[in-house]
Amino acid sequence: MPDATDTSPGTAAPSGIISREEVAHLARLARLAVSDDELDIFAGQLEVILGAVARVGEVAAADIPPTSHAVTMTNVFRPDEVCASLPRDAVLAAAPAVEDHKFRVPRILLDEA
Amino acid sequence: MSELTRLSAADIAAKVAAGEVSALEVAQAHLDRIAAVDGQVHAFLHVDADGALAAARAVDERRATGAVLSPLAGVPLAMKDVVVTQGLPTTAGSKILEGWRPPYDATITRRVKDAGIVLLGKTNMDEFAMGSSTENSAYGPSHNPWDLSRIPGGSSGGSSAAVAAFEAPLAIGTDTGGSVRQPAAVTGIVGHKPTYGAVSRYGLIAFSSSLDQAGPFGRTVLDAALLHEVIAGHDPADSTSIAGPVAPVVAAARDGACGDLSGVRIGVVRELGGEGYQPGVLASFEAAVETLRGLGAEIREVSCPHFGYALAAYYLIAPSECSSNLARFDAVRYGLRAGDDGVNSLEDVMSLTRQAGFGPEVKRRIIIGTYALSSGYYEAYYGQAQKVRTLIARDFAAAFERVDVLVSPSSPFVAFGIGERIADPMAMYVNDLCTLPASLAGTPAISVPCGLSEGLPVGLQVMAPALRDERCYRVGAAFEAAVEPTLASIPELVR
Repeated sequence: MPDATDTSPGTAAPSGIISREEVAHLARLARLAVSDDELDIFAGQLEVILGAVARVGEVAAADIPPTSHAVTMTNVFRPDEVCASLPRDAVLAAAPAVEDHKFRVPRILLDEA
Repeated sequence: MSELTRLSAADIAAKVAAGEVSALEVAQAHLDRIAAVDGQVHAFLHVDADGALAAARAVDERRATGAVLSPLAGVPLAMKDVVVTQGLPTTAGSKILEGWRPPYDATITRRVKDAGIVLLGKTNMDEFAMGSSTENSAYGPSHNPWDLSRIPGGSSGGSSAAVAAFEAPLAIGTDTGGSVRQPAAVTGIVGHKPTYGAVSRYGLIAFSSSLDQAGPFGRTVLDAALLHEVIAGHDPADSTSIAGPVAPVVAAARDGACGDLSGVRIGVVRELGGEGYQPGVLASFEAAVETLRGLGAEIREVSCPHFGYALAAYYLIAPSECSSNLARFDAVRYGLRAGDDGVNSLEDVMSLTRQAGFGPEVKRRIIIGTYALSSGYYEAYYGQAQKVRTLIARDFAAAFERVDVLVSPSSPFVAFGIGERIADPMAMYVNDLCTLPASLAGTPAISVPCGLSEGLPVGLQVMAPALRDERCYRVGAAFEAAVEPTLASIPELVR
């Protein structure tokens, strides 16, 4: 049982689970810019958190099927019928940038050298 | 304070239906109360006074035509800001959605409006529902009306604070790992997490899709049940919505209030107690179990050996799903856009927007989830967590062969001080220790007040098998009828 007041990661926390460089790489994968200060703080905190959640590895579960949803469901279908969409102006009203009744996006292609 | 704000939702609805008071007077009394105390409590992120008064007038006009009103017509409600409301600001507690006015209503919002319930405004919350205190809100924390220096629980802490502070008789919260039950517990009110799939998630801004479930808050079990029946029911717009009938929770709450639990088998979960729990919480819980025994229930000790792994499994599954869900905040269609200077690439703009728009807890969870889903780690972390989830569901199934409901404290702690735990993520995560098993198994659970420890409320959690939400309400109502109302001793907020 985890001790509710014990906030240490416990026995299953080897040090060096996650490096500062690895946190930076994960942030890049997640399209999340991070400052040097954030990297310092997150690397230490993630080390502790990942050490604690690694406890799932203590459970012998080789032959246990995974559960993705608590309530088992098969594919849910509905009739393929045309129905009303949201009005275009109402949707574009929430956009950070609009041009010519369309979403304006930042540059996608790099300049040719 | 107007007496109208002290009434239960059931009493307000009865008085409005009988013409003893107008819905407009009720709405105005609650708006006055919000104006008087919300500067201290900060339950609301947005108050819609004009909309509330218009909705109340519509109820009064409908009554004047002789139409039969819905059971909660004219009753005010506070909506958690993670539920979208057409034309009303919806932020999910995040800077990335500041100023967003959704172009549509969530199914819950639509059902609440159709029932003649008067929407007062949107309540504060931990950003994207990640937290147990509201301290992760980008707009500052809410305060517990029992002691303004303490947290009102989270993530639905604005909703729980609003109900406990008599700013609204009803509120909607959402519960992914305990975000309805823990705030209900620490503010001395009732909160229920329905069976996963009982309430539509359409229009609920997603955090962890396999766990997210909206539920009702009230000051009585019956009030929560009345709201439950408004928001529950099949919705074709949510593919995980349950197609069967709504659990008969109002009848169960009325039945339970008679106070007889003869023949009901109640299991005390051995693993949800003991070391790490505050002694005052355990004392209140043990007294509650004796009260249930006194009502005729048969009490058994039950062991659920895998519940001890729920915290670890949850803090892999929820961040994994959040890292995927929050990818939709890409600075293109709505919300914040930062760094769009005509030179930065799309990818740079996304990264800068997400850095500027997300708070620290959201960033931590996105990174943890990205890690847990990475190739090479997936099986050891996410895959293994999903297997633990199966074992927890099996623990429940085995327990429910022996008993009708399970009970535990709703949280190991009473409300803690604002700022006490915010710097240490694991110290915050253990708030969810008691609520996580039912979240992972998708089973229903209610928190009802069970007295005070050191002057602060303690919650009793009652858990039932999937689709048997009515058992939570029956046992909760019987307990409520047998004890002094906890909220009667809340200190009055002075201006």
